[in-house]
Formats: sequence, C-alpha cells, structure tokens
Amino acid sequence: MTPTAVMSEPTSHLGRIAVDSANRRAPVEVADEAEPIVRVRNLDFWYGDTQALFGVDLDVPKGQVTALIGPSGCGKSTFLRCLDRMNDTIDGVRISGTVELDGQDVYDPRVDVVELRRRVGMVFQRPNPFPMSIYDNVAFGPRLRKELGRKELDDLVEKCLRSAALWDETRDRLDQSALGLSGGQQQRLCIARALANQPEVLLLDEPCSALDPNATAKIEDLIFELRGRYTIVMVTHNMQQAARVSDVTAFFLKGRLVEADRTEVVFTRPSKEETENYITGRFG
Amino acid sequence: MADRPSPAGAPPRSPLLGGTRPDVSGGMGIYLTAAAVAGLMLAAVLFFALIFSRGAAAFWPKPLEEWTLDDGTVLLVQPVEEYDTGDVRARTGNREFMPGREDHVRIPASRIVSRRVPEDAVWIERREYGPFHGYLDEVAADGYHVRLPDGAPEVLAADQVLRVEPINRFGAFGRLGLWFRNVFRFLSEEPRESNTDGGVFPALIGTSLLVLLMSILVMPFGVLAAVYLNEYAKDTWFVRLVRISVNNLAGVPSIVFGVFGLGFFVYGLGDFVDHSLLGLPSNETRFGTGGLLWASLTMALLTVPVVVVATEEGLRAVPRERREGALALGATRWEALRHVILPGAKPGILTGLILAVARAAGEVAPLMLTGVVGLAPELPVDGEFPFLHLEKKVMHLGFHIYTVGFQSPNVEAVEPLVYATAALLLLLILVLNLTAIRMRARVRRRLEGR
Repeated sequence: MTPTAVMSEPTSHLGRIAVDSANRRAPVEVADEAEPIVRVRNLDFWYGDTQALFGVDLDVPKGQVTALIGPSGCGKSTFLRCLDRMNDTIDGVRISGTVELDGQDVYDPRVDVVELRRRVGMVFQRPNPFPMSIYDNVAFGPRLRKELGRKELDDLVEKCLRSAALWDETRDRLDQSALGLSGGQQQRLCIARALANQPEVLLLDEPCSALDPNATAKIEDLIFELRGRYTIVMVTHNMQQAARVSDVTAFFLKGRLVEADRTEVVFTRPSKEETENYITGRFG
Repeated sequence: MADRPSPAGAPPRSPLLGGTRPDVSGGMGIYLTAAAVAGLMLAAVLFFALIFSRGAAAFWPKPLEEWTLDDGTVLLVQPVEEYDTGDVRARTGNREFMPGREDHVRIPASRIVSRRVPEDAVWIERREYGPFHGYLDEVAADGYHVRLPDGAPEVLAADQVLRVEPINRFGAFGRLGLWFRNVFRFLSEEPRESNTDGGVFPALIGTSLLVLLMSILVMPFGVLAAVYLNEYAKDTWFVRLVRISVNNLAGVPSIVFGVFGLGFFVYGLGDFVDHSLLGLPSNETRFGTGGLLWASLTMALLTVPVVVVATEEGLRAVPRERREGALALGATRWEALRHVILPGAKPGILTGLILAVARAAGEVAPLMLTGVVGLAPELPVDGEFPFLHLEKKVMHLGFHIYTVGFQSPNVEAVEPLVYATAALLLLLILVLNLTAIRMRARVRRRLEGR
C-alpha cells in the first residue's frame, strides 16, 4: 500500500480529508473526529480494456455519511461496488490498488468475500426485495448464518424494521409478500434487510433514484437517523440530496476523484474548477 | 387526381382525399391474420369434436333392432353405418353363431324385409366372442338359458357372462346410466379378446407411470444442466456447441431415440445390470429387455432439451438486481442460487415440465422399442416387494391405439375403441397439462406477491 502520493502532497485537494493525522488541521474541522474505516489507495479499475477508475484515493470517515456525486458514467457506482467486491461478479474486470476495511486489504486473496459483504452491506438503485414475505426478506442474511434462534430472529427483524422506519407500516403484515409494498417501502425494506447483517458500512447506490419525492424524503430521514451508528457511503445524482444528508462529499469526473471534502466546503468553497462547474449546474 | 379538372362549380379536390385504400386502418393485415386464426380454431374444434364425439359415442348403448332379411334370416343388430351405395352395416354380435364367425354384417338395405325393436331383447357382455344379442329366458345352475335372434335355444356358461343389459327397455336415463357403466368398465378393466374388447386400465396406468417416471428422471437432470449452462459456464465455443447440440436433440425424430434407447439402455445397460450387477445366468434376462425403466429413461432423454431451454429462459428472467441483492447480503453463489435464483426461475422450470409431459404423453415410437407392448395385463405396480417393478413391460394408450386399430383380428369391432382410446389419451394429456399450468400460475402469483 502506498498512500505516499497523497500524503507527500499536502496541497492536494484529494488529501484534505485524508488519513495523515499531521495533516488533520484546517480547513477540515469536523472530519478530525472520525477515524477512516475504509481507506482506498490508488484504485484503478478496468471493464475489459476500458479503464473506469484512475488512481482513486479516498478515506471514508467512520460513522459519517459520504456522498459520491458526479455526472453519469463517472465511475462513482463502480467505485462503490469495489468496496464490497460486487464487481467480482462481472466477467472480465480487473482492479489494482488497495481497498482497506479496518486496515485489512479486502482484495487480499485470503479474504472471505461472504464475510466482507456481511460487514459491508449494500442497497441498490432499484428496490430488489426477494419474492418472499417481509419477514423472510429481513431474516435472509441472518438465516444464512444460522446463528439465531426463533426468538432472537424475531427481535432482530423487529429491530431492523424499526431502524428502517418501516415497523409501524409492516408489523401486521410481516408474513405477506414484500412485493406488495410500495416502491419506497420496498427500498426501506432493502435497507432493513442490509441492516439485519449488522454491517459496519452501508453502501447505497442511488437509493432514491427510482422513488417519488415523498419516498425520497423518508429515505433521507432514514439515512440521517442511521448516521453515527453506521458508516454510510451513498452514490447520488441529486446534489441537493448530497448537500442535505452527507458529511463528506466526493466529486468524481471521468473515472477520477476530483475533489473530496467536508460537504459544506465542497458546496460553498470548492477548490477545483470542475467541481464548481458541476455543482453550479454548468454541466453534468 | 389533383390535376383532373373538377366538375363545374365544385371546389377543387384536395390531394389528401386520395380515396380509400384497402389497407387504411390496417384492414388487409387484420383480415389475413384473423383468417389464419379462424382456420386454426376451426381445425382445433373439428379435431376435438371428432375425437371426443366418436370416443363418447363408442359407449352409447344403441337399441337392438330385429332385422328380417329376404332369405328368412333373423338378426338382432346395432346399426353402425349407412352407405351411399345403399348398403347398411350393423353389429350382429353372437360371433360364434354367425357364418364366417363375423360379428358385423354389411348388406344392401333392400334385403331387409322388416325391422322392429323387440322390448325383451338383451345385450350380454361376455368374456369371449364379444357381445351376445338375443333373449334371456332364465338363469339356471348350468348357465344362462338364452334364445338366439331366430329363436334357437342356447346355454351360455355362467362364468362367461359378465353382465346382462336389457338395452331396449332403457329410457334416456337408463341409457345414460349404461353409458357411465360402460365408461367405467372401459377405464377399470383389462383388455380381452386380443384387445378387441374390455378396457384399457393397464394402458392408462402404464402411460401415467411412464410420464411420472420420466418427469422424475428428467427434471433434476435438465434443471441442473440448465443451471450450469446459464449460471456457471462462460460463453465459450464449447458451451455454445453444447447449447446447439441440446437444441438439435429436440429436433431428432423420436424413433431415433427409440433406437438409441434399445441399443444403449436395453442391450447395453440392461445386459450390464443383469449379468454384472445381478449375476443372472447368461440365458436369463430381467433388465436386458425392454421395460418401464428403459422406456422412461429414453423419454427423459427425448424431453431433456425442452426442460433445459425452458429452465434457461426462467433463469434469465430472474433480474440481475435480485441476484446481486442476495450476494450483497453475504450469500454464497450456491445459497443465492438455492434461495433466490431457483425459486425465481420456478415458472420457467414448470413450463419445461409442462412441455416435457405433453411431449412424453403423446410419444409412441420410441416406446415400442424400449418397453411398451401391445398386451401386458400385469401391472408394474403390485403388492409384492419392491412394489414398483421397473423391469416389467407396460402398456401405453398411444401404442394401444395402434395395436387395437391396426393389429387386431376384428377391425370393425374395434373402431369405436380406437376413438375412445384416443379421446382418453387426449383427456389424460389435457389433465396433466392443466395440473402443471395451475401449479405454474400459483407459483407466479406467489412470485409477484399477489
């Protein structure tokens, strides 16, 4: 692992929220409290011969919400999927660089991908509940591990549904099909389902893009609620959303991380011209 | 048209008013395609109407008519058909008493001097020689004392007589009752008189067993193969070759499968089982000859392409997000397959089952070579361990149609039986299909959360 490229250049904007404790001074104030839980260094990524990510360095602070913004095709979803190795399921991809979770390189061949994905949960763009009951959806992950008894599982399902602000709407219909829920409810169910694995990091890949404004507001409230208990990394197309819910914002452009900083900094005093252009709506 | 001088006074016609083309609003297309559908429906209706009406008519009790011919012969007949030539054909019964041992006559209608329907005539079903038409006087210890149509007394041995029906006394309801009794006997009895009489029970059981066993053999095999092809195999030339081969297998004439089944299963595997596994003496065969197992296996091979193709369709219908959702929750590939992907592919899998059953139930040619025979009244299921005897030969409705219709000594007597058997086979396929379709509808409803 070579984070030197970032650290040796303290003026680099990529380094602003970086790890180096000596550099954790102004202008970044709030990020100082948070330890990075995910640390990405020099990440390159190829789909076949097409390079999708170019030397991305990013630290994700623990317990905070990190928003990834950028125009379509800029690599933010690809980046997100690198964090729980979901890109492994695609044929012909190649990756170099390091992604560390709590100091462990997740691309180490000895890493148990199944265990990684339990610790790093993921919610997708389109709600994807399984065609089974609401209860079975939430219990899916824990049941795979077969560690919990009936009672504990019941409690966990309730807890997760409460965490996802879905309990009151579903408590009387846990045995009904999850596909009977509305789109927004389905997405919250997917979040509850991911929470049931008790992950450390929660990856949200444009969780609101298939939802109406009402359902979107609910998901945003939920993200705000979960903040602190979970580390959240979310991809979003919606800059207002990034501004509303995130602590840190990372701007991607053409496979490169242009700028990553405290959200209020990115949206008020971006240090790169591309960022400024994008957030002011001049392109993208 | 626009250039044509308009009649005096009339405003010039707009070029837009080009007149009505035949195809405005798609008329031609609709007529052409609708005609094809209409033709199709007509064919289907005709087909089912013919098979089912003839099949049902086979059991309808026709009254016994007494015909007196110009030479003084008295017959008691059930009329069958009238011909344009003026001939009439009728079933006389009483085969052993008729000249030439025929139980049908075909004579010019003009030879019939008088016709009447005697109230007291009876129709007697017998174990041998087909039905008896005549009059019953009394049932005594030595048998049934009867009179032939011309009044000559005879005695029918009691163990030969199955039932006596006074057909001419029945009203509409009586005849309907008799129709149901006839159908029930047809379904529940063994064939008699080299398949020209009696029922089709062993063939019904044989067909059902074959289809059932075929389904049990083909489903796991086909589904697993489809899962490998769709979920694990990369898109290489070899996999493409396998796919093409599987699809081509579906186009191979079924008799070729029969030849393969005979050569590989019966003579190859069967001999191996007999002499290497069971250690039978070389002149004895048990599995080394056609039987239920080999016929089912051959059919499974025949239907595996449709199962593979349909299952692959079903697997492809499971959305990518759902697969990724399972993996993202920490499921292994196998767990994702078992808990999410396969359940999602169930409608496709059941479609495969439906197609396989439909094809297998209607197949005859390969079965003739691998274990289906014209007459095997002994069922492959009985109370003797191991209860299901896979090495036994079985009867089959499809083959029964062929043997009854074309290999029987009494072609005229069996004609109704052919239609009845065909109707039964159709009905069986219909029931099997409907069951599978209902199953699929239920699975779909559940998958869609309704």
